[in-house]
Amino acid sequence: MIKLENISFDHCIKCTVCTIYCPVARVTHLYPGPKQSGPDTERLRIKNPELLDVSLKYCSNCKRCEIACPSDVKIADIIQTAKWRYSKKELRIRDFLLSRTDLMGTFGTLFSAIVNFFTHLGMVKYFLDVIFKIPSGRTFPNYASGTFTKWFKSVRKYQDNYADKVIYFHGCYVNYNYPQLGKDVVKVVNALGKGVIITKEKCCGVPLIANGYIKKAQSHGRHNIKVLSSALPDDKTKIVSASSSCTLALKHEYPNLLELDNSPIINNITYITQFILEEFEKGNILRLKPLSYTVAYHSPCHLERMGSAAFTIELLRKIPALTVKILHSECCGISGTYGFKNEYYGISQSVGNELFRIIDEAKPDFVVTDCETCKWQIEMNTKYKVIHPISLLAEAIE
Amino acid sequence: MKTLEAEVIVIGGGATGCGVLRDCTLRGIDAILIEKNDIASGTTGRNHGLLHSGARYAVRDLESATECIKENRILKKIAWHCIEPTGGLFVTLPEDDPNYHNRLLEACRFAGIDAKEISVKKALSIEPNCNPNILSAIWVPDGTIDPFRLTSANILDSIERGAHVFTHTQVERIMLKQNQVIGVQCYDKTAGEYLEIYAPIIVNASGVWGQHICKTAGIELKMFPSKGSMVIIDYRINNVVVNRCRVPSDGDIIVPGDTVSLIGTTSRKIPYDTIDELVVDDDEIDVLLSDGEKLIPNVSRARVLRAYCGVRPLIAVSGEMDGRDISRGVVLIDHKERDNVQGLITIAGGKLMTYRLMAEMTTDLIAKKLGNSKRCLTYKIPLPGSEKRVGYTKKIKYFSGIPNSVVGSTHYRHGERVHNILSLKKRNYGLICECEMVTLGEVEYAIKNLKVNDIVDLRRRTRIGMGPCQGELCAYRAAGLFTEFGDFTPDESTKLLMDFLEERFKGVKPVLWGDGLREFEFTYWIYQGLFGLGLVEDNNT
Ligand SMILES: Cc1cc2nc3c(=O)[nH]c(=O)nc-3n(C[C@H](O)[C@H](O)[C@H](O)COP(=O)(O)OP(=O)(O)OC[C@H]3O[C@@H](n4cnc5c(N)ncnc54)[C@H](O)[C@@H]3O)c2cc1C
Ligand code: SF4
Ligand code: SF4
Repeated sequence: MIKLENISFDHCIKCTVCTIYCPVARVTHLYPGPKQSGPDTERLRIKNPELLDVSLKYCSNCKRCEIACPSDVKIADIIQTAKWRYSKKELRIRDFLLSRTDLMGTFGTLFSAIVNFFTHLGMVKYFLDVIFKIPSGRTFPNYASGTFTKWFKSVRKYQDNYADKVIYFHGCYVNYNYPQLGKDVVKVVNALGKGVIITKEKCCGVPLIANGYIKKAQSHGRHNIKVLSSALPDDKTKIVSASSSCTLALKHEYPNLLELDNSPIINNITYITQFILEEFEKGNILRLKPLSYTVAYHSPCHLERMGSAAFTIELLRKIPALTVKILHSECCGISGTYGFKNEYYGISQSVGNELFRIIDEAKPDFVVTDCETCKWQIEMNTKYKVIHPISLLAEAIE
Repeated sequence: MKTLEAEVIVIGGGATGCGVLRDCTLRGIDAILIEKNDIASGTTGRNHGLLHSGARYAVRDLESATECIKENRILKKIAWHCIEPTGGLFVTLPEDDPNYHNRLLEACRFAGIDAKEISVKKALSIEPNCNPNILSAIWVPDGTIDPFRLTSANILDSIERGAHVFTHTQVERIMLKQNQVIGVQCYDKTAGEYLEIYAPIIVNASGVWGQHICKTAGIELKMFPSKGSMVIIDYRINNVVVNRCRVPSDGDIIVPGDTVSLIGTTSRKIPYDTIDELVVDDDEIDVLLSDGEKLIPNVSRARVLRAYCGVRPLIAVSGEMDGRDISRGVVLIDHKERDNVQGLITIAGGKLMTYRLMAEMTTDLIAKKLGNSKRCLTYKIPLPGSEKRVGYTKKIKYFSGIPNSVVGSTHYRHGERVHNILSLKKRNYGLICECEMVTLGEVEYAIKNLKVNDIVDLRRRTRIGMGPCQGELCAYRAAGLFTEFGDFTPDESTKLLMDFLEERFKGVKPVLWGDGLREFEFTYWIYQGLFGLGLVEDNNT
């Protein structure tokens, strides 16, 4: 018997809306959907852990079911927790490597030229497929040639010129794969008249959770709560992130899934577009030059789960001359490391098809989205480049 | 009028009656069982299904305690698929008399019950949801027993061995020739016709209704009914039986039962003429929930699924009316001795879990009267489903391809008979009831083999509609299957659906608040708003 603390499954009224809304259940009969995998079978697992269904592994943790649920059942959390709480762990090198974004990042950035060269080779892809069960059809994000934190050292001294500070949680992707986004964030925050603080953060834990390394994710979480809270100069200072999944982890996954106490930081964590918009409302408005592009905006699932997609849309609308086509809300299918695994690759691609179709239909100059993995998925499957809203904003700053 | 003949007629399809039928059948006695509703629809289906270790009786009633522990050990062998040997705790709360703890330990030792004192820390590791402020704890071999499965398995075995069972058939009166019983006159409610069954021996196993049965034979057997109410919690808040360590009283036990937990019970004397219109009173629910919360604090946060009550009879053995000579244990009456009516036997009292012993005592008496010298075998011949003990893991492997939750739940309910139910055909394991994982195959098996006449009966065989949604998603699917696997017309199956929803509503009504209320409103909307079930009713009347 487990200690029953998170009992949101008890509020389920069996309306089945979540299953209608689940992108995975829509494309494969292998997955019975969130209602059955979450609240329904949770009652059985409490009775006997052996009643765990293997089909739970198909859940990509996109959290769309939670957005749909009228009863505030933490469906995806229940499913993720069940995966690690009740199943015997079998170690897979692939899952280990995919989930250690920081470890791989350190290595990848050191030898970026070689690593990037190899991950794009057909032969290597074939080996990855056969040995690691990583689909050969998948393209890999490139590693940068230097980390964001290394670059930040060069600008740190200027940050003290600003009286007000913002703590920036950059995340692994910015650090190892795409420092430019981090540079853009610093540019925007500075333009708002605030200095940037960087802490000795660790990976937020999202890939660890997805691959079942809960203990490790908890230790990362505890570390992050500690360094972020001790870096807070006062309780009004914001902790911002430009990654929708990192923000979701800090805010929701820590208390709900990892059962960590994030109360010292929860009120300070804000997704970056919300932070900027709130500054605008206070009269701290950036002067923006017109950008006459047509962009298609895709709202990432995890951003929607936090209810923050509206802020990004509002912010994009503040950029003069920009035409924003808001795409119908669809899951891109990649869900972090999910689309990097052979057994889910097909599902991941079919989930994304609808999104790829409506992007093509919108015929934008490029696509805008807040999430790094959505970016990889869309760039791999459409002919469009994908840009982060903050990079667009940075471009518009005079 | 249809007439039948047998050696023995058993009146009442509770655990006791079904046990007598099986015992007779195993001894080669030709027996017929008559039940006015469904099997296990009386008190048998309305208790908390505790497989007593005997500890609850040890201090005050040594005889019951020793009976319990003996039967506890036998049932774990012959009926393992109806039982979960969870174990149980007796915990002392800060406000309870701390001396009761030692008295209980002492009494258990005397009764031969292996009760062990364990540390509070150990108790909380066994039952992490238990109140952390408990002062002391005792471990006892309590367990849980599913009354529906137990009764159904007894019936199934008897039928397979040649016995006849009539459910939804009411005994109207016992027929006598001078002072010898010759049979019973019954009314078959489904067919709407009378029938007569002749036999030289009649067993009155009709529980609290036994007073009425005796009356039709001109015998006065006074029963004092006592009502007990229970509430069902949506999920298992405990995995072992949690008892409060004090003199048994209201709201002092929480029993896990399959996917739910039950808080029991109250005890109230009620007038005999109200036994067919029982309702759970609001103050009973209050007591159960507030005292239940003292044992397991989570009670206050959990959804309450239903409230229901059962009646147990206290029997005035010698016919005295002042109630002093009332028995609380097993009562076996040979009415030849007591009232000079030959061939009539009444068996009542006792417990669900002593049904086998009660049946043995009764059948010994029957055998003596019939000159049958065969010995009782029920203590060693397993019930259907319990023939072989195989763990979940093996079964799950055997049926790989079917979700573990489905295989596990079906195996839990039907034991070895899971092989008569599940097959790898997709349609077979498609779900009808999503809360309790009841498949189409299980519904088919039940309708064809387990004496199922309507959806309420089907619920007792399978747990359909017993989960959180209380029939919201499964009832209409099940109703449809009665036209496929039973011989019901679509109109008849619609009627079954309405009756079932009506029955579910009765138990939900006393606890309509919070999530239960939301669930109910949604169900109401589906059936009235979407399906227009109210309109059907209008058309029919
Ligand atoms: C609140 C409560 C909690 C309990 N908890 C437990 C427990 O945890 N563990 C335990 O072991 N015991 C428990 N018991 C005791 C147990 O429930 C009963 O002792 C047992 O179920 C009695 O079974 P029975 O077959 O004798 O009676 P019943 O189950 O009442 O069977 C009598 C049957 O006769 C039928 N009948 C009546 N009249 C007629 C007629 N005219 N024609 C045809 N059929 C008729 C009825 O429909 C009924 O099905 C509890 C009892 C109560 C009241
Ligand atoms: S998290 Fe996404 S994939 Fe998982 S059940 Fe919910 S909607 Fe489906
Ligand atoms: S949407 Fe929420 S309430 Fe509806 S079935 Fe799913 S978990 Fe239950």
